[in-house]
Amino acid sequence: MANKKLMLGNAAVARGLYEAGCVYVSSYPGTPSTEITENAALYEEMYAEWAPNEKVAFETALGASIAGARAFTAMKHVGLNVAADPLFTASYTGVNGGFVIGVADDPAMHSSQNEQDSRHYAIAAKLPMIEPSDSAECLEFAKAAFELSEKFDTPVMLRLCTRVAHSQSIVSLSDREEKGLKEYVKNPQKYIMNPGNAVRRHPIVEARMEEMALYAATSPLNRIEMGSTKIGIIASGASYLYAKEVFGNNASYLKLGIVNPLSADYIKSFAQKVEKLYVIEELDPVIETFCKANGIDCEGKSVLPITGEFSQELVAKKLLGKEEEHYTYEGNVPVRPPVMCPGCPHRGLFYILKKLGLTVLGDIGCYTLGGAAPLTALDTTICMGASVSGLHGFNKVRPDSAGKTVAVIGDSTFMHSGITGLIDIAYNRSVSTVLVLDNHITGMTGHQQNPCTGLTLKNVPVDPVKIEEVCAAVGIKRVRITDPNDIKATEAAIKEELAADEPSVIIVRRPCALLKKVNYGCKYQVDSDSCRSCKMCMRIGCPAISFKDGKATIDSTLCVGCGLCSSMCNFGAIKKVQL
Amino acid sequence: MSKTTNIMIAGVGGQGSLLASRVLGALAINKGFDVKVSEVHGMSQRGGSVVTYVRYSEQKVASPVICKGEADFLLCFEQLEVARWIEYLKKDGVLVTNTQKMLPMPVITGAMEYPEGIIEDIKAKGVKVIDLDALSLATEAGSSKAVNIVLIGAFARFCEFTKEEVEECIKSYVPAKFLDINLKAFELGYNSAV
Repeated sequence: MANKKLMLGNAAVARGLYEAGCVYVSSYPGTPSTEITENAALYEEMYAEWAPNEKVAFETALGASIAGARAFTAMKHVGLNVAADPLFTASYTGVNGGFVIGVADDPAMHSSQNEQDSRHYAIAAKLPMIEPSDSAECLEFAKAAFELSEKFDTPVMLRLCTRVAHSQSIVSLSDREEKGLKEYVKNPQKYIMNPGNAVRRHPIVEARMEEMALYAATSPLNRIEMGSTKIGIIASGASYLYAKEVFGNNASYLKLGIVNPLSADYIKSFAQKVEKLYVIEELDPVIETFCKANGIDCEGKSVLPITGEFSQELVAKKLLGKEEEHYTYEGNVPVRPPVMCPGCPHRGLFYILKKLGLTVLGDIGCYTLGGAAPLTALDTTICMGASVSGLHGFNKVRPDSAGKTVAVIGDSTFMHSGITGLIDIAYNRSVSTVLVLDNHITGMTGHQQNPCTGLTLKNVPVDPVKIEEVCAAVGIKRVRITDPNDIKATEAAIKEELAADEPSVIIVRRPCALLKKVNYGCKYQVDSDSCRSCKMCMRIGCPAISFKDGKATIDSTLCVGCGLCSSMCNFGAIKKVQL
Repeated sequence: MSKTTNIMIAGVGGQGSLLASRVLGALAINKGFDVKVSEVHGMSQRGGSVVTYVRYSEQKVASPVICKGEADFLLCFEQLEVARWIEYLKKDGVLVTNTQKMLPMPVITGAMEYPEGIIEDIKAKGVKVIDLDALSLATEAGSSKAVNIVLIGAFARFCEFTKEEVEECIKSYVPAKFLDINLKAFELGYNSAV
């Protein structure tokens, strides 16, 4: 039992990296991939870092691979879009030390802005992609990915989905195998991808994928499990588990560990053994389309949805028409959407933005919650960095509304891809006002360090990147700093900068209320006698404040003592209580 | 696959349901079961409705999630979550719930109303319900944050693990300086679940 452990899928990937002798890990946080890198950082033998964005992370890991190390980078599905540029060309260069790219998809969008299927990237970039189903496979596949990478001279993509990344199951641990550095030999034909060399590399890539398709037919990463031959099921990842839960031995399975490339001969050999063939795959019909293109008769998206997450319930219902008996509750149940935490420093700012009636171009982070009631102060959320660049375009075609339009972007997101948008504003002169919401941490993904926080992933103190200096350096002359909990001063600053006829940045600075170092040392209570029931305090949408018997009341278990509500009250009814 | 035991934990982001699921998962693995625990990270954790699943079996557990009508135990950290997730309880399953109310934003803003008499309605359906004021008990134990351990205490009276086994497992999961509070919370939860 000593070497068996209950482990999160992401932690198991990290363990696999460790056991495989990986020495270099660089990533940008993104749910559901974040814990791979957080766990990798716990092993002294591996260097691990948070890079400013996925493209940088990818390129640093590729650099480490070319230098001869086993290297790894992790990202969420949309992060792969950011890293797509080096991805496609790394396919041409191949590797020196093994290079593995972890990518975590988020079917059902538990914490994402879209539901893209990253298998398309593997196909488009002509890279092998393998997909584990549980933590034990996360560990084993991470190790196998390095072997494949070095054997076939290719980066290997390791695909997870939320239910694999964020489920714990039992893993068996082994010792680490030190690999050291492979020799680095200058090889321009392989690593300088100018047209002349790339033209010669492309056929090598195509030959490699053909060779890998042959390998897929015999690889232990794929397996056939024969049960009843009435139904055959092709599945990978979590979908395989749902199918297994529903059908048990009443079906046969082709469990695909290698999801790209697929072997038509191998799939045909399985299809011939079963009467009715289903492809059970979340998101897009990738395997199904391949089967049909190769004349393999199967059913998939005609019965199963193309959107959302699967479950045993869904598979049983769609394929067998079976449903479990269950209780029901007849009443109307209010939804409970995520909200800004009590004490969140973004709350005061979004109150002001709504009050001023501004058009607000948003970004990716906790402040996306500023779009929810009662603040409802957001107009757009697209992707990392799109607030700043979007504002530039918006203001260029609507110069009249520049005085009523702002961008909001967090400190980590600004480092990720806000700076380039700001350079566009400075260089191409749009009269734009950008608000950088500096809460000293990467918040939504669960508190990761970033270049502005002064600590690395391994908690080494470093000089923080100063946002104000970056803004000045790219040519923004009007840069100022405000405290979002000082509503009057922040409101005045926003009005002034919107009125200015040149670009400006306001750094709205206060640390995340969930940071351990933040302790207000007090709570607030409502003095019912002074409360005039005006509901001003309700406008900030703090989950700790509600109305009871016609008066405001504060839930003392939720209140963290930020005092924003007190500054909203015109009658002094919200009073500080020292702890 | 019918021998799998399914425990579903439903709460509000920030209430400590993740730790509870990890304690229960560890409990099952200590007894030699195959275990799967499915968690929620990221955006929905920010004060949203959060569910985690713990499944264990003497055989191999396939799916990491629990679906409607499958949960042997439904542990709710808040009343409204009972109404939201009761469909997941098996017909002969046990509901262990905190009677605490936490108003969701649509109720705070007045867009929707918090339903009255949820627990009574569920009891009227013949569901075995263990309801307790876990927040008061946690506060009595020394910290309002120990609601999760109070509920594990209540669960301990009905699960197949002994009280001592659950207690030992909690000891290995909570920081030493909060151990006394948590053991007291566990005891209070255990004693009020009758």
